[in-house]
Amino acid sequence: MTIISRLSRKQSTPKKRKAPASQRTWSIGFLTMAVVIYIFYTYIVPHTPDGFQSQIQTWFPPSALNEALVWVIAALGLNIVVGYAGLLDLGFVAFWAIGGYTAGWFMSGFFNQWNIHFGSESAKVIPGIHLSFWIVLLLGALICAFFGILIGAPTLRLKSDYLAIVTLGFGEIIPQIFVNGENIRGFNLSNGTKGISPVDSIGIFGKRLGPFDLNYKYMIFVFMAAFMVFISLRLRSGRLGRAWLAIREDELAASMMGIPLMKTKLSAYAVGAISGGLAGVAYATHVNGIFAERFQFSISIILLAMVVLGGMGNVWGVMVGALLIAWVNSTGLPALGNEINSTFHTNINFPSYTFLIFGALLILMMLFRREGILPESRLKMILHETDESDDNEEPHDFISEEEAL
Amino acid sequence: MAGVTYKTRQLRRRYIERSFATIAVAGAIFWLAINFIKSPTQFFEVTFTGLSNGILYALIALGYTLVYGIIELINFAHGDLFMLGGLFSAHFITLWFGQRLPSAVGWGVLALCLIAVMVFCATINVGIERFAYRRLRRAPKLAPLITAVGMSFILQFVGLRWNGSGQKTWPSLLPNGHFSIFGVKLPYTTIISFAVTIPVLLALTYIVTQTKQGKAMRATAQDQDASRLMGINVDRTISFTFGLGGALAGAAGLLFEQTRGLTSYNLGFQLGLIAFTAAVMGGIGNLQGAVLGAIIIGLIQGLNDGLPIGLGQQWSNTVVFSILILLMVFKPTGLLGKPTLEKV
Repeated sequence: MTIISRLSRKQSTPKKRKAPASQRTWSIGFLTMAVVIYIFYTYIVPHTPDGFQSQIQTWFPPSALNEALVWVIAALGLNIVVGYAGLLDLGFVAFWAIGGYTAGWFMSGFFNQWNIHFGSESAKVIPGIHLSFWIVLLLGALICAFFGILIGAPTLRLKSDYLAIVTLGFGEIIPQIFVNGENIRGFNLSNGTKGISPVDSIGIFGKRLGPFDLNYKYMIFVFMAAFMVFISLRLRSGRLGRAWLAIREDELAASMMGIPLMKTKLSAYAVGAISGGLAGVAYATHVNGIFAERFQFSISIILLAMVVLGGMGNVWGVMVGALLIAWVNSTGLPALGNEINSTFHTNINFPSYTFLIFGALLILMMLFRREGILPESRLKMILHETDESDDNEEPHDFISEEEAL
Repeated sequence: MAGVTYKTRQLRRRYIERSFATIAVAGAIFWLAINFIKSPTQFFEVTFTGLSNGILYALIALGYTLVYGIIELINFAHGDLFMLGGLFSAHFITLWFGQRLPSAVGWGVLALCLIAVMVFCATINVGIERFAYRRLRRAPKLAPLITAVGMSFILQFVGLRWNGSGQKTWPSLLPNGHFSIFGVKLPYTTIISFAVTIPVLLALTYIVTQTKQGKAMRATAQDQDASRLMGINVDRTISFTFGLGGALAGAAGLLFEQTRGLTSYNLGFQLGLIAFTAAVMGGIGNLQGAVLGAIIIGLIQGLNDGLPIGLGQQWSNTVVFSILILLMVFKPTGLLGKPTLEKV
């Protein structure tokens, strides 16, 4: 009875659709955070005493912040694939590499047999393809989406662990193509292990950014991360996002409810790949070059660790995880190591412990806190649902049964 | 109506798959024939190298397939276990026993080392299962898989500490020569690796098919709850399986270290992936399939790396993984695997 009355009440008062308050809150919070960090680095740090400035330089240098933002962009994409749709992708580095090489091809002097300039602020006399950074972002996203669908389409029939292996294989093939791509039937695709460097600087409002214009790059990367957050949140509450969650929870049931499995999974792959491409382009401009040997399996694992640590499926959790791990990886661990070594007069090479740290992190998180630092409520329930079913003491939840009636 | 279209679609799909497979096989035969005509001696030598690689992969692939067969987990750490086995044997033979040249004592040390390394790797594998995987047996599949990846990183760290970041070369106790049949050189090391691997494989087959413990393994693989009702100690059976897989990885580690004479901390990851490909190729969970797949993969790799007309060693991984992806797309069950029905 109550259900019927509730249903009819819902139908009788159609509400005007409005963005929920939470979405305004997050954008304001995000913006405030970004602006506070910006003001801190631009206006406050230069006026502080030298000792404090050098502390900031060793512990939180601005370039590390930018790099962390690149990781955030990629991790948010992987979160869509692993966290939302529940498809384990162990070859995410492939998209990162493809994005990077898109930047290398279209915004550097690498193809010096051509001379194409469009929207780029670089000097017109330099040969090569020089497109604007924003066009390259778009191109990288498109190319990666294409590859995401290409690898996803034939393999999505597979069960989850097989899918993981195929993506892993893909993540091994693509970097090897770039490493060996110096001479493919006489065509230099990737300049091999020498890599492509330098990449054009980003042009913005008629101004060229040098490699040390970290403030502007920071703003651009923050904008890109915000874009990914926006996409993730909006998609999640939309029809597609709910379909992803349904697939993650029970594929068979979801398909019985009329969710087109292939299409939904493929779009998860494509969106994830797009963010991988964006991160690749951003990373290329950040390090001012593309080097084939950097695209290793460990990047895929680090991204996975970020998603798992932060909380699969929760955008904010993934962001915290990505910032934390990227910081530990780039400056935190070396700085901490130097500090400890100089205090205790030891000589321990701390960065060599990264393997142990990431491995232990993944295992301990899986054993003791599968849902991550900032868990997503739905996933938390799923991850613990079958845990104790062996013990034959299923708690009878009378309250929920009553509510159901 | 809908049924008819579904059926025709299925038929069309099968037709496309068949024709594609035929073209691929025909292309492979053509490529082999050209290479054979160009230099028959090299062809046979390379085939033999490929076979000996394949039999090494078989030892690793069996570990994957055993574990997958029983708890449906891709044990990513398995390749790294193999790497640790290689490191252990190198230290055991060269540093602890000081054997550097082939001798009668050397053979004794080798035999001792084979047992020691098998025990060593089996212990690690059982420990990993006890510590990490057992607690996640009822958890969603993603959890043990990620744990396995983490385990692989930890084992790589151990390797990195033990071996250093570079490649290390070690002296081999195996005789270095070769004998020739019709001008085709067959190195002794290859023959020895056959001589070690084949008895190990036979012993494994005996354990799985003839003993009571093997019966328990097969039962547990089929249905854990039912086998528990039949009085099988499921935990112990799974531990035993991990131990068996670890012992095989250890044997493979010793063989690799002695035939190639090198160790490196990231070796396990590469070889492990290749071995996993082999296990999938044969139909994962199927023991004969793993051996068959490993030999095929070894042959393909050997032929591609060594033949005059081929892509060469730098494309080795690309070739192997492309085969894996194609196989997954067209025949996910593998060569000898049975199609699995998903339990609802």
